[in-house]
Amino acid sequence: MAELLAKPGNPSSLHASGRLSRRHVEEARETVARVLGARAGEVVFTAGGTEADNIGLKGLAWSERELNPAKRRVVVSAVEHHAILDPAEWLNESDEFELTLIEVDEFGQVTPEALRKALGDDPSDVAVVSVMLANNEVGTVNDIAALTAVTREFGIRFHTDAVQAPAWLAVKFSDLGVCAMTVSGHKVGGPHGVGALIISRDCNVTPLVHGGGQERDVRSGTLDTPAIVALAKALEIVEQRRSQEVARVSALRDQLVSRVQEIAPDATYNGHRDDRLANNAHFTFPGCLGDSLLMLLDAQGVECSVGSACSAGVPQPSHVLLAMGASANDARSTLRFTLGYSSTQADVDALIDALPSVLERGRRAGMPKS
Amino acid sequence: MKVLAALSGGVDSAVAAARAADAGHDVTAVHLALSRNPQSHRTGARGCCTIEDSNDAFRAADMIGAPFYVWDLSAEFQEKVIEDFISEYSQGRTPNPCLRCNESIKFEAVLERAMALGFDAVVTGHYAQVIHGPNGAELHRAIDPDKDQSYVLGVMTAEQISHSMFPLGNSTKTEVRAEAEARGILVAQKPDSHDICFIPDGDTAGWLARQIDTEPGDVIDAETGNKVGTHKGAQAFTVGQRRGLALGNPTGDGERRYVVDVDVKQNIVMIGPPTLLDINVIEAVNPRWSGPLPVNGQDIEVQVRAHGESLPATVEVTADGVVITLKDFLRGVAAGQAAVMYEGTRVIGSATISRSRRVS
Repeated sequence: MAELLAKPGNPSSLHASGRLSRRHVEEARETVARVLGARAGEVVFTAGGTEADNIGLKGLAWSERELNPAKRRVVVSAVEHHAILDPAEWLNESDEFELTLIEVDEFGQVTPEALRKALGDDPSDVAVVSVMLANNEVGTVNDIAALTAVTREFGIRFHTDAVQAPAWLAVKFSDLGVCAMTVSGHKVGGPHGVGALIISRDCNVTPLVHGGGQERDVRSGTLDTPAIVALAKALEIVEQRRSQEVARVSALRDQLVSRVQEIAPDATYNGHRDDRLANNAHFTFPGCLGDSLLMLLDAQGVECSVGSACSAGVPQPSHVLLAMGASANDARSTLRFTLGYSSTQADVDALIDALPSVLERGRRAGMPKS
Repeated sequence: MKVLAALSGGVDSAVAAARAADAGHDVTAVHLALSRNPQSHRTGARGCCTIEDSNDAFRAADMIGAPFYVWDLSAEFQEKVIEDFISEYSQGRTPNPCLRCNESIKFEAVLERAMALGFDAVVTGHYAQVIHGPNGAELHRAIDPDKDQSYVLGVMTAEQISHSMFPLGNSTKTEVRAEAEARGILVAQKPDSHDICFIPDGDTAGWLARQIDTEPGDVIDAETGNKVGTHKGAQAFTVGQRRGLALGNPTGDGERRYVVDVDVKQNIVMIGPPTLLDINVIEAVNPRWSGPLPVNGQDIEVQVRAHGESLPATVEVTADGVVITLKDFLRGVAAGQAAVMYEGTRVIGSATISRSRRVS
């Protein structure tokens, strides 16, 4: 990537530097497609997961609506990332669309039955369904193929946000039965600010950004060649190391979970036990504000996360936990420990060493008003 | 010491935190989110409560090298400050929300949480001084009389004072701005915040009218008992106020008329000449002591407004609170405001004014 940053060349230019840059982009496209089980022509590069989600949801909704004005409903799960939930709510606020949320079970999973319930008796007005492949907070994995089996009965377009998945699951786009799928660079060890939307050739999306017509006219804008190449490289590395890392990291994670539960028997381990990302451990610590714990752990060099943060950094109760049936207080008492390819036994030991005193102080500070 | 610096995003708290770090303290920074729905961009000269302020606070913390977090105190702020503000006004009193915020949020909710999390003290950019004397930590006025904020800190207890640091108390605002500039703190020239942070347009009466059900009522001349006009709702009036009466000069004597009393129960606003506003005895309730209690009859000084004068007086501590007898008459004292008592520069304590009267 560093080497490419020093090279000139707009991949859309016709001169030699441009052609070289274009070659890098197209090779990257082929790699991304191969790793994700798609065709090269289905890969549309974007400036990250949020943009890809927005194109996937709004672009499909608008395109379907244009073909059939009766299609005025968007259906997304209640635990989607804000990159889906917020555009869905934005569409809902317009006069053009209505939003239906799909309920999740206590593990944060979307079942085919819940999807059918959300579609209702007459799904002919549904423009698009979007359900994430794996949840970014609690790590629960959905069976997307089982869900698209339902939408296929009604000919409904399906988008999935797979940002969390490729590092831990062998994702094969062509097997999922979806119309469009989002991936992001930094969740596979690549750079921030680059992602891709994989769009099946038989699906149309209305572009959000108009301009030079790059990326099948779906996403205009000069391509960021170095970032795209780095995304492809990261996916290639992930593909090579995945099975061994899943085994290693899930063993570390399981150990972390059991050691946390020994220290804090009252802690709840959230999310699905089995259908879960190998690197995710998510807990509720009753009576402790997640923000307090995060701050105390951060001071000891342990970096973890609470639910989601808005742009002001104001911590809000996690919408994912709330949708799973947690109380508002419990939804503010969570911490997520996610591991990566670089995580070691020493990292887990450091957390376990720090946790007892952190929990004690966190309990003493207690819960604020909600 | 391990200290928690509250950063508003303004220049004062940033310099205060930087001075604490320079003094060798281990500083962690928090920005207090007091509004559930912070405005995206600053509207006017505000010094708190917007996303931009939060960003400014983050940048200041980063320059100081302090880890930065946002604490959501919006629920506490809503209940203890905003709802109290509305409730006080609806009962015809004039509260001071900054004082209430210091009492319930900054030096209660934040300080308590900080102590539980293992901090030794809270650092803020208030202009006041903590001086450690024979009776423990004392709260004193800042050396800059124009910026002194000991009045709004008058609600602090001795215990709270002992866990607070005000590194700006021995500086002037000019010095603080120059220091911020020298330190490269980007908010060095950010305007001071004034008014009430949760009423961004500064229109308190308009804001209150949207929160409180008001009905038109009579304006009565206190001297004659005659009705001289109507008002839109007694809650919006404060003793001492002249603007907004729109009465002209009902008696033709050339003297201006002021609000001299507000009776919310009967929805009456009493007006009269300024001489009727002159009082010399103040009764105040819910006292909070910043150190040892005064002895009855003790000579003190009292301040009844945020930027008011310090007035010589004597004080009696009663079962309900305090009775403060002023040496000279004072014009226009509104119930609900705080009377902060001083011995020299030291804050003795504060109490909420319930009644004021004139004794010859």
